[in-house]
Amino acid sequence: MQRIGVFVCWCGSNIASTVDVERVSEALKNEQGVVFSTNYQYMCSQAGQDLIKSAVKEHRLTGIVVCSCSPRMHEATFRKAARSAGINPYMVEIANIREQCSWVHKDIITGTEKAIILGKAAIAKVNLNAPLIPGESPVTKRALVIGGGIAGIQTALDIAEAGFLVDIVEKKPTIGGKMAQLDKTFPTLDCSACILTPKMVDVAQHEKIRIFSYSEVSSVKGFVGNFDVTIKKKARFVNENICTGCGACVEKCPQKKIPNEFNLGMDNRSAIYIPFAQAVPKVATIDPNACNMLKNGKCGLCARVCTAGAIDYTQKDEYIEEKYGAIVVATGFNPISMEKFDEYAYSQSRDVITSLEFERLTNAAGPTGGKLLRPSDNKHPHTIVFVQCVGSRCSVDSEKGKEYCSKICCMYTAKHAMLVRDKYPDTEVYVFYIDVRTPGKAFDEFYRRAVEEYGVHYIKGMVGKVVPEGEKLKVQASDLIENKQLHIDADLVVLAAAIEPDKSARGLATMLTASMDTNDFFTEAHPKLRPVESPTAGVFLSGTCQGPKDIPETVSQAGAAASKVIALLNKDKLLGNPCVAHSNEEICNGCSQCERVCPYGAISYINKEFKMPDRSIKTRRIAVVNPAICQGCGACTVTCPSGAMDLKGFTSKQIMAEVDAICR
Amino acid sequence: MNKAYPTEELLRISGVNPNKCMKCGKCSATCPAYDEMEYHPHQFVSMVNSGDIEPLMNSESIFKCLSCFACVDRCPRGVEPAKLIEAVRIAVVRKQGNNHLLADDVPNMLDDEIPQQAIVSAFRKYSK
Ligand SMILES: Cc1cc2nc3c(=O)[nH]c(=O)nc-3n(C[C@H](O)[C@H](O)[C@H](O)COP(=O)(O)OP(=O)(O)OC[C@H]3O[C@@H](n4cnc5c(N)ncnc54)[C@H](O)[C@@H]3O)c2cc1C
Ligand code: SF4
Ligand code: SF4
Ligand code: SF4
Ligand code: SF4
Repeated sequence: MQRIGVFVCWCGSNIASTVDVERVSEALKNEQGVVFSTNYQYMCSQAGQDLIKSAVKEHRLTGIVVCSCSPRMHEATFRKAARSAGINPYMVEIANIREQCSWVHKDIITGTEKAIILGKAAIAKVNLNAPLIPGESPVTKRALVIGGGIAGIQTALDIAEAGFLVDIVEKKPTIGGKMAQLDKTFPTLDCSACILTPKMVDVAQHEKIRIFSYSEVSSVKGFVGNFDVTIKKKARFVNENICTGCGACVEKCPQKKIPNEFNLGMDNRSAIYIPFAQAVPKVATIDPNACNMLKNGKCGLCARVCTAGAIDYTQKDEYIEEKYGAIVVATGFNPISMEKFDEYAYSQSRDVITSLEFERLTNAAGPTGGKLLRPSDNKHPHTIVFVQCVGSRCSVDSEKGKEYCSKICCMYTAKHAMLVRDKYPDTEVYVFYIDVRTPGKAFDEFYRRAVEEYGVHYIKGMVGKVVPEGEKLKVQASDLIENKQLHIDADLVVLAAAIEPDKSARGLATMLTASMDTNDFFTEAHPKLRPVESPTAGVFLSGTCQGPKDIPETVSQAGAAASKVIALLNKDKLLGNPCVAHSNEEICNGCSQCERVCPYGAISYINKEFKMPDRSIKTRRIAVVNPAICQGCGACTVTCPSGAMDLKGFTSKQIMAEVDAICR
Repeated sequence: MNKAYPTEELLRISGVNPNKCMKCGKCSATCPAYDEMEYHPHQFVSMVNSGDIEPLMNSESIFKCLSCFACVDRCPRGVEPAKLIEAVRIAVVRKQGNNHLLADDVPNMLDDEIPQQAIVSAFRKYSK
């Protein structure tokens, strides 16, 4: 039999003006188990908490009901007060009579009636509450960062600087991501490589950081503080520890006609290659689909010229198993395919390019050595048309493109237009826009400079189609301000393609049981208050894998994710949430239904021996819940056909008692 | 003079929701009949939405549209401007009398001047 105390809060006038608090505390006095009932102006204040503590002593309370605001607000406060009064914190229940009564009802009679009913329900539940003790688990003091773009790089550096071990898994042969491909960066126009490559070197030299390049995560098991991860290190046919990155092999390799991914296929590389001069790690990689030796055993030139003896044609994929306390996803983005937008003739003319290709064309380390030349004939373009929002801001029913604004393209298009006009004053540059979106420090000023100082023609309207004709690209567009249709003979058309999350992200999310939105961006635990944590404990988000971002925003988020990881790794033990599911092994028949609905992968099955009444032994398959992974969502308890699953702190009996109390 | 049809009626006939339009102008950028038209596809969307329908009904533009549906195909928001232009056309044709065309009457009416879509619309006049 419980001895329950009821505490009704006024919340100043927030509750008291629409709920007759006096009547509520009076009415609840006679409920089963209640030995004390009172009301007070501010229950959450120090005085209010002291009131609870002294009542516990005086009336030897075993359970507490607080009728107040939402449990999201102050459940933790009252649980703490209970603990310091010597009661198990899970013996406290909150009846929300603010958000659910006073704030939604105008009439004091209805408000009061409902408050009494909610109070009765909470009391009915406390009568069945049992003390709960959270479990503890240790924390592995090492973090895994998946993706080695600027997001992953910054997160890794920040975690390592705090003294923890970090591994970066990057699927490409080098870290750096998209930022390594950019020329100059808005809004300050500093050279991308000049600010990125020192950070890449810092990563390579940091004693706490290991880089697994040309690698992928192939499985993730476990839970916050204790992830077991398998990393697949793809065979690169070069011994990373010996290769000095001298490039002799690259030079001698006879197979030189392979489209160079780093320059987006605008020039070629050899079968053995180093993506770019500042690659980290700076080691060669053999492309098995292009290498003559690997395809038909004929060649072997690189092995002959490599004085270090680093080439190993027999190298196999390697699987590495490691334990981590925290995982950060930093898998970044890619521009979408232009396939569904062929009105812009991307597939018909090499002189219609995406903005990322434009970055390579103006980059000193790019295919043209930084000279802006049209890909088709290497001629200098005079009339250049930029089209914004290609594939962004499309409605679902248009069945093309993405619904969201890609956020970075207004700014990088202004950058491109400005740089062209600065370097080649003989050009005419047009930018077609729907809106120019420049919220950011010094962003609008930057865009206005493109218009006012550099004479870029910004035209409010869209390009409808591009038709290659002879040497020209016939651009047909609208000018909505002048109410005209324009026909421009362009030499180069640049499409600001929408960006989307890396295609590998979905598979990774499934492995991590981390959730995604309909666009495959990772979702945050809370869009405002927990923006760098995923809803899955121990999994954090960094950079554009969570949503479109520029570099300053990416770096801020990367640091924020690192600080969350550091706070986690700093702990020696993690306290779990005791309100987790458990299966009654006597009733469970191992049907596997619960495993299928659990969004966190907390349920597994074991074969257990049971002694039968006739002393024989029978082996049965039963469900077991890992309390460290279970988030207490309750999906399994309502799914279990035999009623074996129950949620501690929210048992079916407790819920039914609440419902009964409400319907009484 | 054609008296205006109510916006709601045109939206019902066409199934178009003009509020989906983000005013990008891609329909008008695409339109092959642009220079022939007094009012352009994006203006149809905007003017019908604001109830400014009389000028559209009295404009030749409704017969200059080729019904090529390029604007429908390219619109990033799925607004389907050509369907709205078609609705205005139907509205005008309906106002002109209560009968719709019989197939047998068509050959007598054909000459070089008559726009094809006027005939097509006249057929469709009351078919719902
Ligand atoms: C044309 C263009 C111009 C731009 N100009 C500017 C500018 O001037 N200023 C500015 O601030 N921003 C600019 N940006 C934006 C900038 O590129 C991004 O903000 C930044 O690159 C985001 O970094 P990230 O690390 O999140 O993603 P990424 O750079 O995409 O890095 C992600 C990394 O993760 C790796 N990866 C992906 N999936 C996996 C996996 N499953 N396993 C292992 N590794 C994986 C990828 O290979 C990649 O290396 C521009 C973008 C574009 C497209
Ligand atoms: S594999 Fe050998 S030759 Fe090639 S870069 Fe490395 S050390 Fe130089
Ligand atoms: S950032 Fe600008 S160009 Fe890019 S989708 Fe948004 S509005 Fe369009
Ligand atoms: S309560 Fe939710 S998280 Fe826990 S085992 Fe059941 S389904 Fe999984
Ligand atoms: S359907 Fe009519 S308005 Fe639309 S693009 Fe064709 S001609 Fe222009």
